[in-house]
Amino acid sequence: MKMPIPDAGVIDRRLAIAEALRGIVPADNVIVDEDARRAYETDALTAYRTMPLVVVLPETVEQVAAVLKYCHANGIKVVPRGAGTSLSGGALPLADGVLLAMAKFNRVLDVDYPNRCARVQPGVTNLAITKAVEGDGFYYAPDPSSQIACTIGGNVAENSGGVHCLKYGLTTNNVLGVELVTIDGEIVRLGGKHLDSEAYDLLGLIVGSEGLLGVVTEVTVRLLPKPETARALLIGFPSSEAGGDCVAKTIAAGIIPGGMEMMDKPAIIAAEDFVHADYPMDCEALLIVELDGPEAEVDHLIDRVGDIAKACGATSMRQSSSDEERALFWAGRKAAFPAVGRLSPDYLCMDGTIPRNRLPEVLTRMTEMSNRYGLRVANVFHAGDGNLHPLIMYDANNPGELERAENFGADILKLCVEVGGVLTGEHGVGVEKRDLMPEMFTEEDLKQQQRVKCVFDPDALLNPGKVFPQLHRCAELGRMHIHKGQIPFPDLPRF
Amino acid sequence: MTDTYRPDTEDHLVDLIAWANSERKPLAVHGAKTKHRLGRPMSGRTGLDLTAFAGVSLYEPEELVLAAGPATPLAEIEALLRENRQQLAFDPPDLSGLLGAPNSGTIGGVIACNLSGSRRIKDGAARDHFLGFDAVSGRAQKVKSGGRVMKNVTGYDLSKVLCGSYGTLAAMTAMTVKVLPAPEKTRTVLVFGLDPSQAVAALASGLNGPFEVSGAAWIPQSIADRSDTDHIRQAGGSVTALRIEGFGPSVEYRCAKLRDLLSPLGETEELHSHNSANFWKSIRDVEPFRSDDRVVWKISVAPTDAPTILSALSHLKAVEAYLDWAGGLIWLAVDAPRQGAHEPVRDAVNTVGGHATLIRAGDTLRNTISVFHPQPAPLAAITKRLKDSFDPNGVLNPGRMSEGV
Repeated sequence: MKMPIPDAGVIDRRLAIAEALRGIVPADNVIVDEDARRAYETDALTAYRTMPLVVVLPETVEQVAAVLKYCHANGIKVVPRGAGTSLSGGALPLADGVLLAMAKFNRVLDVDYPNRCARVQPGVTNLAITKAVEGDGFYYAPDPSSQIACTIGGNVAENSGGVHCLKYGLTTNNVLGVELVTIDGEIVRLGGKHLDSEAYDLLGLIVGSEGLLGVVTEVTVRLLPKPETARALLIGFPSSEAGGDCVAKTIAAGIIPGGMEMMDKPAIIAAEDFVHADYPMDCEALLIVELDGPEAEVDHLIDRVGDIAKACGATSMRQSSSDEERALFWAGRKAAFPAVGRLSPDYLCMDGTIPRNRLPEVLTRMTEMSNRYGLRVANVFHAGDGNLHPLIMYDANNPGELERAENFGADILKLCVEVGGVLTGEHGVGVEKRDLMPEMFTEEDLKQQQRVKCVFDPDALLNPGKVFPQLHRCAELGRMHIHKGQIPFPDLPRF
Repeated sequence: MTDTYRPDTEDHLVDLIAWANSERKPLAVHGAKTKHRLGRPMSGRTGLDLTAFAGVSLYEPEELVLAAGPATPLAEIEALLRENRQQLAFDPPDLSGLLGAPNSGTIGGVIACNLSGSRRIKDGAARDHFLGFDAVSGRAQKVKSGGRVMKNVTGYDLSKVLCGSYGTLAAMTAMTVKVLPAPEKTRTVLVFGLDPSQAVAALASGLNGPFEVSGAAWIPQSIADRSDTDHIRQAGGSVTALRIEGFGPSVEYRCAKLRDLLSPLGETEELHSHNSANFWKSIRDVEPFRSDDRVVWKISVAPTDAPTILSALSHLKAVEAYLDWAGGLIWLAVDAPRQGAHEPVRDAVNTVGGHATLIRAGDTLRNTISVFHPQPAPLAAITKRLKDSFDPNGVLNPGRMSEGV
């Protein structure tokens, strides 16, 4: 992984830059000390580490604006960071870049039930939003597995998903507005408590832009009333084909479950060893189907899903009889990553999305690759929406094994694209999938995306080295070569 | 007499837009031309007719995805989905009655204008169901974004930007949308005689309970009196309406509970499937303002701000307004052919936050005042730069949204 070559001149100015930042934020909020900076050297993609130039923790939007204005004026790169849980290296620091940590923006500002929304600061964790409103019967729907730690600001940057997004959508479908500071220090508001945009949907563009377009300093999220009840089915299948068939037939019957998760045999074994959820061990694929909503609806639908599962050859089926039991069904799935982590010194978590009906073929080819690379793989799968998380196990202490695991991962993602899917469903491109972008996009596609980057950040100071495999200068991207001449299509119908 | 070009391949479209760049020839982009009265007028421009890019190319009901050319008639897609008991959950409105167009237009038109119906409060807007596109940008370059899967964060979400861009950035040639199961059954709970504040509170209490309300509207007595639906016409007062959809047993259960909740507020009634469908179609398609020639505004605010707006504008001439989206959407008609009452409307919205879009007005008025809500300078600058990034020479619908955009 090649990152932009650090600017030695900027690194030499470390102390002067820190001093200038101390003029903007309280002195204690600027971290220069090497040991203290080390806490920020990586995010959840721990294979990559870089010590940041300086860490700065602003406390107000004005301080954020002043920091950005200063960096902009002095040509200093900026990497925004929430809780540092990105799985794609979105918050990987730069040796010549200021790390802008948003941890002090940790307050819920306003809960507005009549308008079913809350205004929160970006450093509030995903789960803390739900905690703040659940006593009143509400919740915030997107629930990435890291929700206890990840921040809503990070969720906005990555357009995070979770196990409930088939029914309730991703972050982009659940955010009503943001306050954003641009690299030149301008504070703008996109959206609010009302719906839709007055012009281009800039809010929709900012969500999922991986910290490359601006720094979000406030988020207005949509709140939903908690469903009356939720019940889950734990269903074992003799093959992933049978499990996939059950998912397709459930949806074809008009049923959109709140959650629908599948695990393959290696993942089942790992999870069961770790949390003892009493998963059936005699199946090749395990499906958790959660139905939520009014009592009468859940009663009605859970039997229908059960019938569909039986018709698809289910070998075992259990229905949760209490919230505790339902939580236990989920415990194994939610702990699948650390459970796999116990089987192997290191693992890589991939994140492709595929058209759901291509799953059996993708799993078969993944097994072939696993044999070829000599590395084990376990699969957890957001079965409803086709988002696949293969966990590739490796040992970084064995020379060359990380590289082999990365190549294996890249092959999996190329396969996802080949069958009509995409490189990343919810973890983001970051540095991890940056160099695979040409698998999915033409050069012109990527140039147009970079032109959009230039709209916000013409000097490429915000989070450079992420998302785009090749950086172009904005002036070069803006140029257009036009040949004057005859209308080149005499046969074109005109009327 | 202006020319219209109808490219029939993506390569022809590239050539045409390249030519428009070389000749600095602005093009008016259209499909079925049912929405040319939305946005600022484009008359007198060379036409870019996209009707060759039509037809459903992929529909996999169990994958909840449909791909089609942008010029595919909406009616064709809706009929196909109905056969499979599915629907476009964002509930695209048919504004043909309001705008004097012959039919409901195309899927491309609905997406390009980000038009969503009453179900928007529960299932999201057109933009939330638009998964990906192939297009040719104003730079005469093929560009795509998104895909056919619903969970995708690969690169910037340019689908969001194109949705609601009124053809000012790129001319689409293919698109994918998410589709969802259609409800088995629909009921509507009515509460009679509430004023706007009471109505907004009632709608909020319905939406805030576990009833999965998929439509939340209020109409004043003057509109109720003209309704085709007996229960509504005979109400003798305003009507507050909440829609419940889904599986049979669930709908009955939720309806009963919702009526229990709302009955202390006033007399309640229930519409069954047929009447519900008619009522919500009239709300979605702005039928109450169809048969007159008043200026029509679409106002988006926080739901609880709706009563403030209604009262601030109640002095306008022949003004009439009703609420959808639990109050978050105000449809307002006013007799103001010369100025469109744009100053009082925009002032009222600016005091609470939100936006007002001029939906129906003559060409002159749409040329004179801002059709879309004016943005603060820093945002307007971003909007202009975004336009330039796709279409630096302004050949695709220039000025359709605002000066230079």
